[in-house]
Amino acid sequence: MRGTVAALLAKELALELRTRESVPAMVMFSITTYVIFHFGLDANTVDGDLASGVLWVTLLFAAMLGVNRLFVAEHEQGGFDGFLLAPVDRTAMFVAKAITLFGFLCVVEIVAVPAFALLLLGPPLGQALPGLIVVLLAANIGIAVIGTLVAALAIQTRARDLMVALLALPLLVPVVLGAARATAPLLDHGGAQALPGDWLALLALYDLLFALIAYAIFDFLLED
Amino acid sequence: MPDSQPAVSLRGVGRRYGERVVLRDVTFDLAMGQTLVVFGPNGAGKTTLLRMLATLLRAHRGEVSVLGRALPDDGYAVRGQIGFLGHEPLLYRELSGRENLRFHARLHGVLATRVDKVLEAVGMAHRADDPVAECSRGMVQRLAVARAVLHEPELLLLDEPLANLDPAAITQVDPLIGAQSGRTRVLTSHDPAAGLAEADLVLGLKGGRAELLAPAADVTTDQIAELYA
Repeated sequence: MRGTVAALLAKELALELRTRESVPAMVMFSITTYVIFHFGLDANTVDGDLASGVLWVTLLFAAMLGVNRLFVAEHEQGGFDGFLLAPVDRTAMFVAKAITLFGFLCVVEIVAVPAFALLLLGPPLGQALPGLIVVLLAANIGIAVIGTLVAALAIQTRARDLMVALLALPLLVPVVLGAARATAPLLDHGGAQALPGDWLALLALYDLLFALIAYAIFDFLLED
Repeated sequence: MPDSQPAVSLRGVGRRYGERVVLRDVTFDLAMGQTLVVFGPNGAGKTTLLRMLATLLRAHRGEVSVLGRALPDDGYAVRGQIGFLGHEPLLYRELSGRENLRFHARLHGVLATRVDKVLEAVGMAHRADDPVAECSRGMVQRLAVARAVLHEPELLLLDEPLANLDPAAITQVDPLIGAQSGRTRVLTSHDPAAGLAEADLVLGLKGGRAELLAPAADVTTDQIAELYA
């Protein structure tokens, strides 16, 4: 399966570099949203729960843009058929797509998180960064797994964009909740507190649960 | 697989989309190395039949066997031995022909050197690095032929394979997908004379039913024309 995943990842990277459809849109959305919050909240800086909420809600909606585009090339350009005609493990497509979305999210956050710190965050980002990176990675896994599963389901329907929002957002509530609660102490105005292990554990458990579900059912989503 | 076993065998096969039945009780055997040409008006079920043999669709009734394997259960075992050329080229428009073929080569476990060979064989070596989106329909069809034969399949499933190809291109791809390829073939056609010339066995579909099933030597172009009446 490793070779198939590698082939799919190389293709995903080539397509994104060629079309630049997903990542730039996600980055632009994040930065624009932080600018809107900057003026909309009528506050120069935010911290704690509010900062965490603003950070994660924005990243969640930016992720939805990527989820919506995830299987479009497969659907519109025969990528599904081309893949299904090959003698390969079909779960490889799930793994490759989830890794792709995870990668997109990481790239977006490399730009969006500093932009958030610059535009909105009160306390300095540096102290919170190590813990924040752990939370970002854990949440990205959850968003990538659930987003890939939902995108594969939604692409078969006529109202793809609507279905992604309707299915993904409820499923991602625990991820965003866990991520926001785990992030809040890191962005405390008095300086970064310890990373709350219980929320991080919830995130990891939820990631694992959906990874197993997706692994078990993805094959059936590609079936006729 | 023993030569005595049919390459493709269908028994009472049916398929529907929702309430609409597109194939009813289709039965035939196709021997190894032979060519079945499927005729029929639009919506007769030709493409559905090919997609079923390619393991992309399941039969809702009856039994399908391809290269000695029962579908859909053994689909995994035969996918690497099937070359499918449908209405869509199954190529990513933003990637070049070479990138597309390299991607498919990796999926099929084929060496990258084979990509250059098939690009040469379909006369696309000189445009291999252009994005597919910038190629003409005929060029895209040549690339689609290259994709279909990249892994040297035993069975070719060809849905109007010569569409969009000029005479020179038809001559060029003939060794790959024509009778001289030596492969077992199932192809669809709307051209009675050209189709009959290719066929060992003829299947005429109308409304999803097999209205005509006979060796090509026993079939006239008038009989095929009646399918379209």
